[in-house]
Amino acid sequence: MTFEYAPAPESRSVVDLRPSYGLFVDGEFVDPAGGGSFTSVNPASEEVLAEVAEAGAQDVDRAVRAARTAYEKVWGPMPGRDRAKYLFRIARIIQERSRELAVLESLDNGKPIRESRDVDLPLVAAHFFYYAGWADKLPYAGFGPDPKPLGVAAQVIPWNFPLLMLAWKIAPALATGNTVVLKPAETTPLTALLFAEICQQAELPAGVVNIVTGAGDTGRALVEHPGVDKVAFTGSTEVGRAIARSVAGTRKKVTLELGGKAANIVYDDAPIDQAVEGIVNGIFFNQGHVCCAGSRLLVQENVADEVLESLKRRMARLRVGDPLDKNTDVGAINSAAQLARIRELADAGSAEGAQRWSPPCELPERGFWFAPTIFTGVTQAHRIAREEIFGPVLSVLTFRTPAEAVEKANNTPYGLSAGIWTDKGSRILWTADRLRAGVVWANTFNKFDPTSPFGGYKESGYGREGGRHGLEGYLDV
Amino acid sequence: MTATATSARSDLTELGRSETALRAFLHGLPGVDQVGAEQRAAQLGTRSIKTTAKAQAIDLAIRMVDLTTLEGADTPGKVRALAAKALRPDPADPTCPHVGAVCVYPAMVPHVAEVLRGSAVHLASVATAFPSGQAPLEVRLADTRAAVAAGADEIDMVINRGAFLAGRYAEVHDEIVAVKEACGDAHLKVILETGELATYDNVRRASWLAMLAGGDFIKTSTGKVPVAATLPVTLVMLEAVRDFRAATGRQVGVKPAGGIKTTKDAIKYLVMVDETVGADWLDPDWFRFGASSLLNDLLMQRTKLTTGVYPGPDYFTLD
Repeated sequence: MTFEYAPAPESRSVVDLRPSYGLFVDGEFVDPAGGGSFTSVNPASEEVLAEVAEAGAQDVDRAVRAARTAYEKVWGPMPGRDRAKYLFRIARIIQERSRELAVLESLDNGKPIRESRDVDLPLVAAHFFYYAGWADKLPYAGFGPDPKPLGVAAQVIPWNFPLLMLAWKIAPALATGNTVVLKPAETTPLTALLFAEICQQAELPAGVVNIVTGAGDTGRALVEHPGVDKVAFTGSTEVGRAIARSVAGTRKKVTLELGGKAANIVYDDAPIDQAVEGIVNGIFFNQGHVCCAGSRLLVQENVADEVLESLKRRMARLRVGDPLDKNTDVGAINSAAQLARIRELADAGSAEGAQRWSPPCELPERGFWFAPTIFTGVTQAHRIAREEIFGPVLSVLTFRTPAEAVEKANNTPYGLSAGIWTDKGSRILWTADRLRAGVVWANTFNKFDPTSPFGGYKESGYGREGGRHGLEGYLDV
Repeated sequence: MTATATSARSDLTELGRSETALRAFLHGLPGVDQVGAEQRAAQLGTRSIKTTAKAQAIDLAIRMVDLTTLEGADTPGKVRALAAKALRPDPADPTCPHVGAVCVYPAMVPHVAEVLRGSAVHLASVATAFPSGQAPLEVRLADTRAAVAAGADEIDMVINRGAFLAGRYAEVHDEIVAVKEACGDAHLKVILETGELATYDNVRRASWLAMLAGGDFIKTSTGKVPVAATLPVTLVMLEAVRDFRAATGRQVGVKPAGGIKTTKDAIKYLVMVDETVGADWLDPDWFRFGASSLLNDLLMQRTKLTTGVYPGPDYFTLD
């Protein structure tokens, strides 16, 4: 008997979208000086969700000055235990409004509601709770008896986890006594603007959090503003390089969390069924829009056929479609531009001779969609083995010995994450010791926790976010 | 796997003849990562099954129920009432399907057989010194033969967990073979008692052992130890029957039993069957629920879907 799941859409009525949004500066929504605006669309339907103000240099300057004033007058001098109260309050409001935030995140980003509800939002709240706990304990964090904040932090975040990246940036900055000006990505600004409303609801002092929306020019104006003490960026390696150049020689402290091309290594003694789940979670979670995605599967050659057969069977069960359906596993690609990039690299994979496979799946007609795809017969020389695709595309390579696995895993300019699958504990440790990657998962993948530091080697960036380590980037140490 | 299936098929039937070969095979199965298996089971539990899908699932679940009573206090009157309910679970609604089987102790089989005669409802009996299995083999085989002779067409046996945990796999294997033989034409369900096997690696090995020895179904539990059926255990067993069919061509059924009380739980299991082994197992011939109180919850939810209101519990029979 075939079992057809009936549509199970999450209700949109919980979200109250305004037709247009201003910039959040000094505790209020204001119109941009230049009057420019852009729209944010639902990538699953191309429907326009709202019009959003575009911040120019003048608006950025206003936001940075508001942040400076708040830093000097209110937030900097405030005792840690009082800052903690605000952060705890924000965390609780996020939990209370989590359904609303999750639905809006799925609408604006295209990710399945199952993920925004079960992964993004719980982690967002957990991040604020975690760093709220540090605010009055900074003397015990290992950075000296009385570590000082830096001042005003300029934060630029990507579109793949809009609210979670906001939490990763804002929570530690505020806990350590900094004030922030944050620029969300131009395709996913809406949950950041809802977060601004939450700051108002929590009665956070004006100017402590400022949110300026816009595209690359807004980001550049923010990062290059002389009134900024700290730059924190998550996004592409290309933009990361430009930021590093622009702040070189200034007093600004920088942390960068950039691209990745992670190896997911499956040894022949791996728990195969769970490894297959891990491979799927590693590359198809969030449509593969994950900087630490396990985009290169390195599987030991003597089990490759078995693993691939299981993987294909499992992929055939992935439900691609409406992000708001509670049973959807893979949602929409975030933007037309990203879809074009994924298509270009996938076509290059075929052209260079790798074998392409996707399960049969019907994609919606409107919106931006790409079927889960694997390439077999990939070698280190292929573009799809070297360049970050940032989409639901897995490159499968094989290896013969543990040494070869490590050599191939490390043979990339990136070094953000890696996965190891084996039942043998000693092999996990041996491999992890040799991998040049900031995060190494053993017998799991894409696990996040606010207590755990996250960050890269090599061209994946520098600095760590999360955990005690994440405080350092916002302290004068 | 298909390329080697033919040779694998003959190799696998030989395994039971040698303790060493059997042990090497069972210990060579891929391990189960506990965290990963539990995470996957939990994830499948978040599927949202509504409206038409829910109606479809409820009727299927009713058809899969092995309506069970295994009490020292069971009497002919009690089991006859249960058998009547198995035939017509909801007397108020003739469209409601009958359950898969009635499951009772061997002594109660003749009384149930009278009621079920001529119907499509199967008659299952626990045998082999259920639930502990701690009796001499001859006694267990006699128990089985008696149940079959009295009219049972399905036998739920328990494996020798003592021998399994002591690593005497050939002994466990040979006992299952003997019980299978004693069953004659009756279907054999092999109860692994997963709550006593403790690890998922053991569950996978015991599943393969039971299938290699000829079991028609593998079943989680007796319902008589504190930990009965769980979603992750059932997941591991479903993976085992899937892999066993790929290797040998023979399909084996799965029966979680004990602790499944609500429609919501039952639907989680059906989702897991669907997404792990697929439509081939979504049939009472290949998947069963060992349960008693589950049926009334299914009936209540079924009535809610058709009428829009929850009837009170007194509208459903307590047997």
